[in-house]
Amino acid sequence: MTEEIIIAGFGGQGVLSMGKILAYSGIMQDQEVSWMPSYGPEMRGGTANVTVILSDSRISSPIIQEFDTAIILNQQSMDKFEKMVKPGGVLIYDPNGITRPPERKDISVYEIDAAEEAARMKNAKTFNMIVLGAFLKVKPIVKLDNVVKGLEKSLPARHHNLIPANKEAIQKGMEIVKKMN
Amino acid sequence: MAELRLMKGNEAIAEAAIRCGCDGYFGYPITPQSEVLETLMARMPWDETGMVVLQAESELAAINMVYGGAGCGKKVMTSSSSPGISLKQEGITYIAGAELPCLVVNVVRGGPGLGTIQPAQSDYFQAVKGGGHGDYKLIVLAPASVQEMYDFVDLGFELAFKYRNPAMILSDGVIGQMMEKVQLGDYKPRLTNEEIIKRYGSWATTGKTADRKRNIITSLDLDAGSQEKFNIKLQNKYKEIQDKEVRFEKIACDDAEYLLVAYGSSSRVCQKAIDIARGKGIKVGLLRPITLFPYPSKAIQELLPQLKGILSVEMSAGQMVEDVRLAVNGKVNVEHFGRMGGVIPTPNEVVEALEEKFIKA
Repeated sequence: MTEEIIIAGFGGQGVLSMGKILAYSGIMQDQEVSWMPSYGPEMRGGTANVTVILSDSRISSPIIQEFDTAIILNQQSMDKFEKMVKPGGVLIYDPNGITRPPERKDISVYEIDAAEEAARMKNAKTFNMIVLGAFLKVKPIVKLDNVVKGLEKSLPARHHNLIPANKEAIQKGMEIVKKMN
Repeated sequence: MAELRLMKGNEAIAEAAIRCGCDGYFGYPITPQSEVLETLMARMPWDETGMVVLQAESELAAINMVYGGAGCGKKVMTSSSSPGISLKQEGITYIAGAELPCLVVNVVRGGPGLGTIQPAQSDYFQAVKGGGHGDYKLIVLAPASVQEMYDFVDLGFELAFKYRNPAMILSDGVIGQMMEKVQLGDYKPRLTNEEIIKRYGSWATTGKTADRKRNIITSLDLDAGSQEKFNIKLQNKYKEIQDKEVRFEKIACDDAEYLLVAYGSSSRVCQKAIDIARGKGIKVGLLRPITLFPYPSKAIQELLPQLKGILSVEMSAGQMVEDVRLAVNGKVNVEHFGRMGGVIPTPNEVVEALEEKFIKA
């Protein structure tokens, strides 16, 4: 198994930390992982993206041009990454702020109303965990138990009281993700 | 079992420095390696192991602090990225000329000049062929993973002290910024002053006692004859390093008709390119130099009888390709493929270059 994922959105949406939690979850189940952020001029423009690879074998290139899954959280990222999903791959997006929904017919498209749900849960910070839940529903490549362990590893101890809320958000995301095609 | 942690390459450098018993780090921030200094400052190793971490006022100051610390027999290091490493070249050649051990980390970005902050491998010549003036060599290690960033700090120091020679980790923005899992080693205690005197007292400036002559740290000798003798001694040392310390990795070489030669992050791209090319029926392997000096020339030569062509893949205009050509000495066609200025080649581009230069040609 090798899963090549791009997570892309605005800085502050928790894109990089979501990738980190996913990578740590992979480590918890003995997978090889890589996490490669954009750190160049593009992040100065407000967008952030990270490539995460989870695999049962040694990972070759941490930088790739085609993805099994694209998780897209703003329009700029949709414009850039929709075309880079492998045929038969998955695109998951939050419709909030998307003016041009994905058009490809050769991939599976899912919608996750994470921004709206985070507002309903009165906790904007769980936004990225709702998105992660949606991904894990579509691609159950890591077990929820291992995601919780990943959260324990990637959050500083003083924030461990937030883990139940994060777990709840992941489960919510799993519930409300919708297939669009 | 040793602890597994998800870390950036730059963080791994910092953690490895603390755990391998480093006495001092002197640096100055620059993208894409600032996390080395940031991680060290956040970890506050001066409380834990007594290691000094200092943000110098400039790169020049940092490398000269390293010179001073190394002269005292301490395990000292610095890190920077390309423009900062250029500033450090005077200090590096002095340290090489004074035969002192130290570790310099270069997380390379695109050049020339201030260039860009994106990853590149265009400092190969600077690292391997000199950089500063005079006939000197650095021991150059090229990590291709975050684990190797961690491991090569200890290895770099070990080689630096073994040969009393500066060692360099030549990395780039990809390996510095990416996170992978790292198996952390146990803490090695820092040497006490008594241990330093015992091990390095024959050359280090540890405080002269009545029963020995003065140890003098210098790279100046105005007598041409004795300076030539010293140069011959240095060259003999480099030859010994060339004979004993070559490190490389071969992937899918057994039946290979074509060979990719690539180090660091380019070698990771090439591993994927091999999968793609072999899917198309092209028998291609990878030789990944781990030491850039000493260069694995012999390992390349041994593969020549089976090869139809060699492609050197670098994020540069073609620097390492010259060492590949020197090793091959015209026996097999050697070509270069690379991207510049911070652009990372894609695995597909590597396969296309291979087809273009050898198979269609």
